[in-house]
Amino acid sequence: MARKSQTLGWLYSFMVYVFMYLPIVVVIIFSFNKGRFAIWTGFDLKWYKLMFANKEIINAALNSLFLAVSASTLATIFGSIMALVLTRYRFIGRRILNGGVYLLTISPDIVMGISLLIIFILIQIPLGFTTLLISHVVLCTPFVVVTLMGRIQKLDEDLVAAARDLGASEVQAFVQVVFPLLLPAIAAGWLLSFTLSMDDVLISFFVQGSGFEILPLRIYSMVKLGVKPDINALSTIMFVGTVILVLAAQFLLKTRRN
Amino acid sequence: MESEYIIELKNISKYFGTTCALKTVDLSIRNGEFITLLGPSGCGKTTILRLISGFEQPSGGNVHIGGELVNNVPPEKRHVNTVFQNYALFPHMNVFDNVAFGLKMQKMPKSEIKEKVMQMLSIVGLQDLAGRKPGELSGGQQQRVAIARAVVNNPLVLLLDEPFSALDFKLRKHMQLEIKHLQRRLGITFVFVTHDQEEALAMSDRVVVMNQGSIEQIGSPVEIYEEPSNMFVAQFVGDINVLKGEILETITSDLPDSNHAYRAEVEGQIFSVHSDRKFEKGDKINILLRPEDLKLEEEHLGQSPFLAGEIIETVYKGATVDIAIRLDTGLELIAAEFFNEDDEDIDYTPGERVAVTWINGWEVVLLDEDA
Ligand SMILES: Nc1ncnc2c1ncn2[C@@H]1O[C@H](COP(=O)(O)OP(=O)(O)O)[C@@H](O)[C@H]1O
Ligand SMILES: [Mg+2]
Repeated sequence: MARKSQTLGWLYSFMVYVFMYLPIVVVIIFSFNKGRFAIWTGFDLKWYKLMFANKEIINAALNSLFLAVSASTLATIFGSIMALVLTRYRFIGRRILNGGVYLLTISPDIVMGISLLIIFILIQIPLGFTTLLISHVVLCTPFVVVTLMGRIQKLDEDLVAAARDLGASEVQAFVQVVFPLLLPAIAAGWLLSFTLSMDDVLISFFVQGSGFEILPLRIYSMVKLGVKPDINALSTIMFVGTVILVLAAQFLLKTRRN
Repeated sequence: MESEYIIELKNISKYFGTTCALKTVDLSIRNGEFITLLGPSGCGKTTILRLISGFEQPSGGNVHIGGELVNNVPPEKRHVNTVFQNYALFPHMNVFDNVAFGLKMQKMPKSEIKEKVMQMLSIVGLQDLAGRKPGELSGGQQQRVAIARAVVNNPLVLLLDEPFSALDFKLRKHMQLEIKHLQRRLGITFVFVTHDQEEALAMSDRVVVMNQGSIEQIGSPVEIYEEPSNMFVAQFVGDINVLKGEILETITSDLPDSNHAYRAEVEGQIFSVHSDRKFEKGDKINILLRPEDLKLEEEHLGQSPFLAGEIIETVYKGATVDIAIRLDTGLELIAAEFFNEDDEDIDYTPGERVAVTWINGWEVVLLDEDA
């Protein structure tokens, strides 16, 4: 009996994973297909060549990279400061702010997109790079805060006390002890922000405007005209890039956790 | 102005909100002594250390270090160092950098730092592990790094907050000796915190027994053990037997070194008891006796006055034997005798009748405040 239900359970999980990963696997496989249709006709890198020759795609990709780097850097700076303030200082309303941060990480992107758009219209900022940057910073900052707060809470308070006991000022204690110990989490927060910004469609869709096209929206408009294998190639590269970054973030958070 | 005392706490009180952690504490610590704060968890030991190191400010009273008032001096400006309970070693620095941290903060030249750190590491026996990270060390080794990191700064006073609580029994005993030797060798004043009375007695020049934010008694280990000044100290430090009694009359002492002697009724028998304290006829008293102060004989050999009772059980503890006795009054006592293979006398069996007396003059007599 037990064995049978165990087998069933295994089978069930297997099916779920197949269901989740099959589309990705199919995309990756067909990005290397010689033919243009969903029938395997042999290995070829021509779709990759085609994609890299496409000026619009490359331009959008560079835009996205620039946006993601700027947004995640700003989000990391704001988020780190916020996490320190939320964990180190006690003040009225701290718990509300704390809860608010978690709420933001789970709030639907569509709500965030629409709200941001309304605000930009209200205060009359023309849609473009600036609005995208602001929106992505808003999107990423809560994730940085949450990542970092977890790490700060694990930090032994006596470490700061020990540094001060040995003659370090508050600033020196931060620079010499707190910051180095938080660095992996800060880096992880940056990487997480980067991937969030890189593949955001929904919020960007609302606040993009014209003139600064980013990769996810470029892909979106290409798909509307029908899926060509060069999109498979692009998706494969984005998938691999994202996986690498997320794994790197996980690795940074795991090491030194002991 | 050189004061005999390196640290003076004068009339210190400390409140956290409405919780009172310390109520009017006065404590003077001599230069070069090994002093231990002993007391149950929550009695305010750590708070005293944090007042000295500067992580807390007193709610009332003054803290003096080296004769100077330091109430408003931040921790980094005080010439004291701490060994933290969980060591608090910097996990991202190797042993060398951990130990060098304080000297770097003092902006000491690099070559001098290297020399001092290596010298310190060899004192604690870690010169070969200078490149290791704290995570790669055993508990005992981490402990040594924590001590080296503090001591290398040559502080006026070293504060140690339950430094052995994470170590197993054997290592603990070993580190106790090691720390004691280190203190002798360096001549630095150590303020040591523990809730383990055996540890306190074994290591200290003086012991400060604390309870609920107050100091109950300050004295040498021998004084604390043999002359407890109240019931709390008596019962917290070591095993003790408490007999109930009443003063009948004052008599002249037959012992040269005790001030007063009394005839007293103790557990229904009439004894003469000795004390430095003054009592009146009719005072209810507690007579305190350590297990090793009790004398046992077979009942028919007993010479009056004695307390009659029977053996409950005997527990062999290697060098000594603990003997549990129930008096005919119902009171249970513990006696301890040195174990001697040739001596059949202490080979008591449960149920055997015995006469209990004690070594004359070794009793501690306190007024029974509950009576
Ligand atoms: N930061 C603090 N905030 C509130 N109460 C505290 C704080 N530090 C200590 N206390 C209280 O003060 C009392 C003494 O604590 P402590 O000095 O740590 O005791 P010990 O070290 O002897 O176990 C305890 O009742 C403790 O709860
Ligand atoms: Mg404590």
